[in-house]
Amino acid sequence: MAATRMGSPAARIRRNTGLALIAVVVLVWTLLPIYHMVMMSVSPSEEVFARHLWPASPTLENYWTVLTAGDFFVEQFWRQLWNSIFVAALTTFLVLLIGTLASFTIARLRPRWGNALSNAALATYVIPTSFLAIPLYRAMANYSLLDTSWALIFSMTAFASPYAMWVFTQYAKTGIPLELDESARVDGATNWQIYVRIYLPLMRPVLVAIGTYALLSSWNEYLLAFLLLNSAENMTLPVALGSFLNTDQVPWNLLMATSLLYAIPPVIIYYVFRRNVASGMTAGGVKT
Amino acid sequence: MTKPVDERHDLTPPVDEPRPTRRKDAPPWPARLPPLVNWPVVFAIPFLIAATLVVVYPVVYGFWMGADPDLYEDLFTDDTYLRTVWNTIVFVGLGVNLKLVLALLLSGFFALGNWWIRGLLAISLLPWAIPSVPALLSIHWMLNPQWGMLGTLLGSMAIPNPAWLIDSTWGMVAAIGAHIWKWLPFWTLIMLAARMAIPQDVYEAAAVDGATGLRRFFWVTFPMLSNVFLTSALLSTIWTLSDYNSIHFVTGGGPADSTHVLATLGIRYAFDVGDVEQGVAVALSALPVIVPLIVVLVRRLGREGF
Repeated sequence: MAATRMGSPAARIRRNTGLALIAVVVLVWTLLPIYHMVMMSVSPSEEVFARHLWPASPTLENYWTVLTAGDFFVEQFWRQLWNSIFVAALTTFLVLLIGTLASFTIARLRPRWGNALSNAALATYVIPTSFLAIPLYRAMANYSLLDTSWALIFSMTAFASPYAMWVFTQYAKTGIPLELDESARVDGATNWQIYVRIYLPLMRPVLVAIGTYALLSSWNEYLLAFLLLNSAENMTLPVALGSFLNTDQVPWNLLMATSLLYAIPPVIIYYVFRRNVASGMTAGGVKT
Repeated sequence: MTKPVDERHDLTPPVDEPRPTRRKDAPPWPARLPPLVNWPVVFAIPFLIAATLVVVYPVVYGFWMGADPDLYEDLFTDDTYLRTVWNTIVFVGLGVNLKLVLALLLSGFFALGNWWIRGLLAISLLPWAIPSVPALLSIHWMLNPQWGMLGTLLGSMAIPNPAWLIDSTWGMVAAIGAHIWKWLPFWTLIMLAARMAIPQDVYEAAAVDGATGLRRFFWVTFPMLSNVFLTSALLSTIWTLSDYNSIHFVTGGGPADSTHVLATLGIRYAFDVGDVEQGVAVALSALPVIVPLIVVLVRRLGREGF
């Protein structure tokens, strides 16, 4: 819109220079830590402490070491990768299940307590998890779930499903006409039939969005995973990355190679589903 | 000649229509469930169970663990704690405000929507797409005062490298910077979506009345964004308050516990020092801020969406 109102050539040059300047600042700011990660991950061990902007003899050896689990720090890499996948997949499934069920009752069956339930869910959504982490750790100990993937799966599910419920409810209230349910009910459908045959298929766009959200947030979770999982064969990858820092001689090149291998899948998923994530984020309706 | 009745019966042709298959005959499974299972409350039960076990019980448990008033007496005479409260105010205050103002301004830049600006937007989302642990670890090592790449980079431009992780002020600057780096893209997207939702004719009407440039921003764009901006600020406050990773991985609370925030100090007391009750007390001491935030947010989000 502003592009149509450009003034004299001099003003245009000034404007374009300004825009280019902003672009350069944004680019450098965004890419510097990522460039550093790549740079360290291709540094051979002798060059970790060298002061340069690019290693003199870059190598892919670190990646090989990680993939073949050829170092004490990455001994359990594949196991931990599997743990991360397992936790992320199950959390996603449970969040979608719990979220659609609860939102179905709030948005479609509309019981009297629906509003109270959705407010309770919103309160759960905004409770800061790191302030709840210590009693949660104790609670998981009481359930005898410590150091099992299930502790993390249940926690992540409980913290992610309120947001799912909220987005689903907003979408179901505005996006799917209630007449569909009514006509199905006239034909003798029960609530469960309506849920399976009408509700779930029509919710597919938000299911993808929230599924991506749940997948990424459980893949990325550090604090809860760190508290709830402590043996090397049960921990997820971010906890393993954090535990590199437990020694004085941190192999930064290896750490950064592992980091990149861990970071690439979510980045790919994010960019593939970017439109869905953005629409899910605004599905609650960014209102002005 | 007729056959006896019973013989004739044998000869009647088989029933024309084939026996309905089982699948067609029986109603699909949800209809076979007993009627009680169709109660609305049944659909909410999984959520209620999860919330009770993972949220309600730990909240109650937490209050019980931190109920002893002596814990708070210890806290308010603890220099590390008082320092931490101040750090938290700085971290949240600067973090939230800088982040949101930058997001608001950047969203104006990205709203221009040229092809190269759209490409830049996709790149600038990287910090949000990347998991925070590897990114923060990278920032941590990059800022290392002796060997970090940033020092080398600044040195090559003859700028002295600040004592990032040695000095507590620079430590806080680094942690706030890392937090903004990670979360700026998310809020920029939110602001961008809100900007895009402003109808174009509002701008046209404003242009007719002579509002252009800065005046347009202050009298048209910002008032129309103020609602989203306020909700974002509240939500971001509560998320920034609970941001454990930015402090833990960038400064680690150091040097000498001078850069902790409440979120990291509680965990440190409970698991490094081994005094679980004291850790809970640190977390509970933030309640006077958290509870009003939660109440306001639930009302705002419940009423009007974002």
